[in-house]
Amino acid sequence: MSTTTADDFHGAHAHGDHDADHKPGFFARWFMSTNHKDIGTLYLIFAIMAGVIGGAISGLMRLELAEPGIQYLQHWVQYSDGPDATIDQAYHLWNVLITAHGLIMVFFMVMPAIIGGFGNWFVPIMIGAPDMAFPRMNNISFWLLIPAFLLLLGSAFVPGGTGNGAGVGWTVYAPLSTTGSPGPAVDMAILSLHIAGASSILGAINFITTIFNMRAPGMTIHKMPLFVWSVLVTAFLLLLALPVLAAAITMLLTDRNFGTVFYDAAGGGDPVLYQHLFWFFGHPEVYIMILPGFGIVSQIVSTFSRKPVFGYLGMAYAMVAIGVVGFIVWAHHMFTTGMTVNMKMYFTAATMVIAVPTGVKIFSWIATMWGGSLSFKTPMVWSLGFIFMFTVGGVTGVVLANGGIDDNLHDTYYVVAHFHYVLSLGAVFSLFAGFYYWFPKMFGKMYSEFLGQLHFWVFFIGVNIMFFPMHFLGMSGMQRRVPDYTDALAYWNGVASFGYAIMGVGVLIFFVNVFLSLFAGKKAADNPWGEGATTLEWTLSSPPPYHQFETLPVID
Amino acid sequence: MTTVAGKRPNNRKTALLAALVAVAMLGLGFAAVPLYRLFCQVTGFGGTTQRVDAATAERAVSIQTQGRQLSVRFDSNTGAGLPWEFYPEKRTVSVGVGGKSMAIFIAKNVSDKPVTGRAVFNVTPEYVGQYFSKVQCFCFTEQTLQPGQQVRMPVLFYVDKAFLDDADADDVEEITLSYTFYPVEKPENES
Repeated sequence: MSTTTADDFHGAHAHGDHDADHKPGFFARWFMSTNHKDIGTLYLIFAIMAGVIGGAISGLMRLELAEPGIQYLQHWVQYSDGPDATIDQAYHLWNVLITAHGLIMVFFMVMPAIIGGFGNWFVPIMIGAPDMAFPRMNNISFWLLIPAFLLLLGSAFVPGGTGNGAGVGWTVYAPLSTTGSPGPAVDMAILSLHIAGASSILGAINFITTIFNMRAPGMTIHKMPLFVWSVLVTAFLLLLALPVLAAAITMLLTDRNFGTVFYDAAGGGDPVLYQHLFWFFGHPEVYIMILPGFGIVSQIVSTFSRKPVFGYLGMAYAMVAIGVVGFIVWAHHMFTTGMTVNMKMYFTAATMVIAVPTGVKIFSWIATMWGGSLSFKTPMVWSLGFIFMFTVGGVTGVVLANGGIDDNLHDTYYVVAHFHYVLSLGAVFSLFAGFYYWFPKMFGKMYSEFLGQLHFWVFFIGVNIMFFPMHFLGMSGMQRRVPDYTDALAYWNGVASFGYAIMGVGVLIFFVNVFLSLFAGKKAADNPWGEGATTLEWTLSSPPPYHQFETLPVID
Repeated sequence: MTTVAGKRPNNRKTALLAALVAVAMLGLGFAAVPLYRLFCQVTGFGGTTQRVDAATAERAVSIQTQGRQLSVRFDSNTGAGLPWEFYPEKRTVSVGVGGKSMAIFIAKNVSDKPVTGRAVFNVTPEYVGQYFSKVQCFCFTEQTLQPGQQVRMPVLFYVDKAFLDDADADDVEEITLSYTFYPVEKPENES
């Protein structure tokens, strides 16, 4: 290993080659990378692979849910738990699947892609910095994710209570996660969260330092592109929320292994305390996943409307407001834990307040497009899809914010529909929008516009057929996290599973587009989007030189 | 290049400050445990009853007003692994707000080993916790029962008359006081 590196560095000196585009050898470049663009690419590749795994797991779930009764679980469980597996172990496998889907999509798909991937790639360029403030720490952030992911995947193969794997849900509630799940699986999952959390905290410190200290001359805080603003706010949320999760799950670990009773009523502890700590992290976490998406969509809407974004300061401080208020609404996830009317009133009202800054953003995007010279290129249609889907998810969010209504809808498919509309259709749409928007810049090749549009429409129709019926299922009382349901719910479940299949075709189109474009795409111009694209990355070549900004740009 | 080099110490300072924030939040996460307990004790959150000393109780009940009559229901449970029979002598008592009452709970060790248990408790509706004051309770300490031993354990309590001023409590006619006895694991030091 070290020989390769030494040779590479030696080679660099021997050639005396110091131009901006000189790249180290393959191993040093990709495995010891300190270059923010390469690390961003690594994050994107990692996120796509994790997304395929997490998406495949949801495919298994939709297959089982396509019809009432248990059709597949008892067969699948024989692969993981042996031929003598009981039906309880089959049900446990279901819990393992929902847990893995949730954790992978949150911690190993959306976060690495939107913060690690696009954040690393474009925050330094957009503020006119040559790289991140701490390139080596950046490298550590990425490589911590690999053992974290392996630990989570590995947990599926070791005992976790009733069967193999951690079947505790992504929320890891005690006492199911403490006394309810003996065996190493849950310990591995918790350790995985610790490591992924450490990775994100290091990344957050890096982003904060970069954005505060390394802006080019003239790039004041109030001139930063909105994507940079969104990553800055996200970094602060990570810094404030993730350590609380770390504390909460550390206490889970000691409860499990060292006889402490933080969450054990028998010893004077309280399992509800875990829920408070988890959601103090968990609610900001959903904004961590969506805020950079807001940033991406702001850049794209402005670019393809050929107008500066409407109400720049309002947009920036709306994100700050969402971040701040996000920390004082956590108990709306816990309306059914027995709160007083007054507490429910507070958390209902505080939650609804978030609709105000979010509304500011939605209306500002619309106002940006108003009177603009619109062109509906692939990134733009994904952004429009984002705005529409996120608004639908936001509206059901306002419904669920009511403590009284939540008593009825808590833990039903209505909630599943809600958070998939804001995340699976919100955050993921913003990811695809960003991917198409920056694909020419990152890889120097144009994607296929036809396949991009086709991908959008197939995916858009698929996810809506999949998730919209879940509102009906939830209102009819279908519980989330169950592999079986009464016959009365069969119709819409069948429709939802059909929608998954359509979405799957959409994902295939995406991969065809990516590989076709990478290997046979037209060479991309420095700025393929025209005069609407005003941020600094479009002033560089496509792809940008290995080290950009030999002389720092000056912003007037 | 010089700008970047010039900013190095600055970067370190910013990063250290950010790291400090993260460490502080980690500390807050752990500090939540005692803070949450304190919060519950002070506000009666989660139906946590109040513990008062005899002097306070004398003051509170001496100026007794002609209050509402409430029914107090007693609920008793034993946690897994505790070989006890545990039940209240009377399921319900009627008490006046501001008046002191006593309830008797009976516990019997049905195993052939001495067993130590400790009771956890709360009241419902949970917001009554702030008014439900215990002067004396078997739940304040651990209880050890010898094999086959049966004990009668008193609870001395009153409902504070501030209860009458709480609009939320206007429709409360019954309060349930629940106890669950859990085993206390002790190092085996007999024989």
